[in-house]
Amino acid sequence: MAEDLINSFMTGPDERGRFGRFGGRFVSETLMPLILDLEEQYERAKTDESFWAEMDDLWEHYVGRPSPLYFAERLTEHLGGAKVYFKRDELNHTGAHKINNVLGQIILARRMGKTRIIAETGAGQHGVATATVCAKFGLKCVVYMGAHDVERQAPNVFRMRLLGAEVVPVTSGRGTLKDAMNDALRDWVTNVRDTFYCIGTVAGPHPYPAMVRDFQSIIGREAKAQMLKAEGRLPDTLVAAIGGGSNAMGLFYPFLDDKDVRIIGVEAGGKGVDEKMQHCASLTGGRPGVLHGNRTYLLQDDDGQILEGYSISAGLDYPGIGPEHSWLYETGRAEYVAITDAEALEAFQLCCRLEGIIPALEPSHALAHVMKIAPELPRDHLICMNMCGRGDKDIFTVARALGMEMPQAG
Amino acid sequence: MTRIDETFARLRGEGRKAFVAYIMAGDPDPDTSMEILRGLPAAGVDIIELGVPFTDPMADGPTIQLAGQRALAAGQTLQKTLDMVAEFRREDDATPIVLMGYYNPIYNRGVDRFLEDAKAVGVDGLIVVDLPPEEDDELCIPAQQAGLNFIRLATPTTDDKRLPKVLTNTSGFVYYVSITGITGAAAAQAEEVAPEVARIKAKTDLPVVVGFGIRTPEAAEAIARVADGAVVGSAIVAKIGEGRPVAEVLEFVRTLAEGAHRG
Repeated sequence: MAEDLINSFMTGPDERGRFGRFGGRFVSETLMPLILDLEEQYERAKTDESFWAEMDDLWEHYVGRPSPLYFAERLTEHLGGAKVYFKRDELNHTGAHKINNVLGQIILARRMGKTRIIAETGAGQHGVATATVCAKFGLKCVVYMGAHDVERQAPNVFRMRLLGAEVVPVTSGRGTLKDAMNDALRDWVTNVRDTFYCIGTVAGPHPYPAMVRDFQSIIGREAKAQMLKAEGRLPDTLVAAIGGGSNAMGLFYPFLDDKDVRIIGVEAGGKGVDEKMQHCASLTGGRPGVLHGNRTYLLQDDDGQILEGYSISAGLDYPGIGPEHSWLYETGRAEYVAITDAEALEAFQLCCRLEGIIPALEPSHALAHVMKIAPELPRDHLICMNMCGRGDKDIFTVARALGMEMPQAG
Repeated sequence: MTRIDETFARLRGEGRKAFVAYIMAGDPDPDTSMEILRGLPAAGVDIIELGVPFTDPMADGPTIQLAGQRALAAGQTLQKTLDMVAEFRREDDATPIVLMGYYNPIYNRGVDRFLEDAKAVGVDGLIVVDLPPEEDDELCIPAQQAGLNFIRLATPTTDDKRLPKVLTNTSGFVYYVSITGITGAAAAQAEEVAPEVARIKAKTDLPVVVGFGIRTPEAAEAIARVADGAVVGSAIVAKIGEGRPVAEVLEFVRTLAEGAHRG
């Protein structure tokens, strides 16, 4: 499918939940009625003004939206090329873009009469956002988190527990995001009547990829209006980091039909995208398969067994990617690149020193790519990068990677 | 008529219920697994479900997850699982074999190539957990065209409105999942299962076999009494996981089969 043959990139998914050949509903029969019910309820909510009025109110007063569009002046000077803007979703309540989506799903869950919320989390940002909104609404919250991630994201584990959530360390597999998602699905299949599964990214069975994208699209809608106000025109290039791909989809989606806007997704290249597979770059280093309810690009071996990805960033440590990204990749509407751990660490430090912003390791990947392309671009070229999370949770990981001493409390 | 259809016709004639046993292909290692597979028919197993290992078995509890991991660690692949069936068929051309697993290894091999190979080695049916009726074009319809049964799971959440959709394009038998949950979890209750089986049988002439949560000969008997057969998986796989000798595993299978056959 060539790009010029498509009238609009914003019409997907189709009624079967497909973006081209990607997406779908690959779940067990037990879950199928639940997913159909969710789709029906979401379709109803989507056109219900009172639903969006509630969202807008909470986005403004609870999350702190709109998040600023910030001109990173010193970084721009340092790079000596394109003008770099950050969409500052790290300033949201709970410190990342994740809460944009969680609010939508929890309001929906309440409308559906569900009393127990489950979630999977990698870096812990989605888990913290879910625990937060559950606390606000007095809902029971259970968060599945890979045992390996529980260890490397200890501050977020503590936050979730403070917020009243039960954090379940998952020991199956290598104990990362993929395994947490398996166990969340196992919980859901067991507790079908009262439980709502709040998925944190644009993956999973239909309608999740579309629903999460719609909730995250507030990022792109705001960025578009803010850039028009600041510069009188649209950005030339969008850059965002991708694990499952929700912050990227949220930024990209409102721009998909603006053909002159270049769109770049940045995957986690780990120790390098090669045959050793020490990375999480599903598009650059994987091929199509079926996992967690949808067909998408996956890291897998010759036998179709899913490989454990690797990234310094727990939030990007997932061997798949949202199906809409797979479709945007194959149609050529968006480009996807990989950034290594080392490049992300360098970007992390530069951002701290030049802008006084401690970025999460996830957007540090996006920033590392901005550092690569900005110097080669003209000074009137506008880059909008999604600063989708703040880095407080990552300081221990970074200290370890840089061989720096971290004072221990108590 | 596949071997599955023939088996149910024979059992009906004998007035007996079916005992279906699940083992994971290649668990704990290829040789032991082959030895167990070979011994199942003599232990009283009417239909064999052979698990295809997958790294991410979302519908399975810890027992079967671990079995899959053991098999993969011992080098099991989809090809080796097909080879096992071929070897089994050299001695046994009557006992039906159903491959049970997840879609990705099949999709990865290529549906057409997989179906051709599966048919050629003597596979009779498929249970693919993550392919609901909404995705029938993927594998269900091509499998039936290739002459394989595609056995669907019906669950407590499959309501009357949805049941016809689940029964369309299903063949061989209907696998009723006795609980909402994963394999090896809560115990199946015969008094709860009975009306559900009746509900399904009102809508189809296919045999209805019940699985999930059956662990003992007594439970197999109770469940088989209210259905056309009972499936035991995790309880057998747990014995294999404990490293019990093959003879002991097969003896356990024999007691389960006797239970189901009393039902």
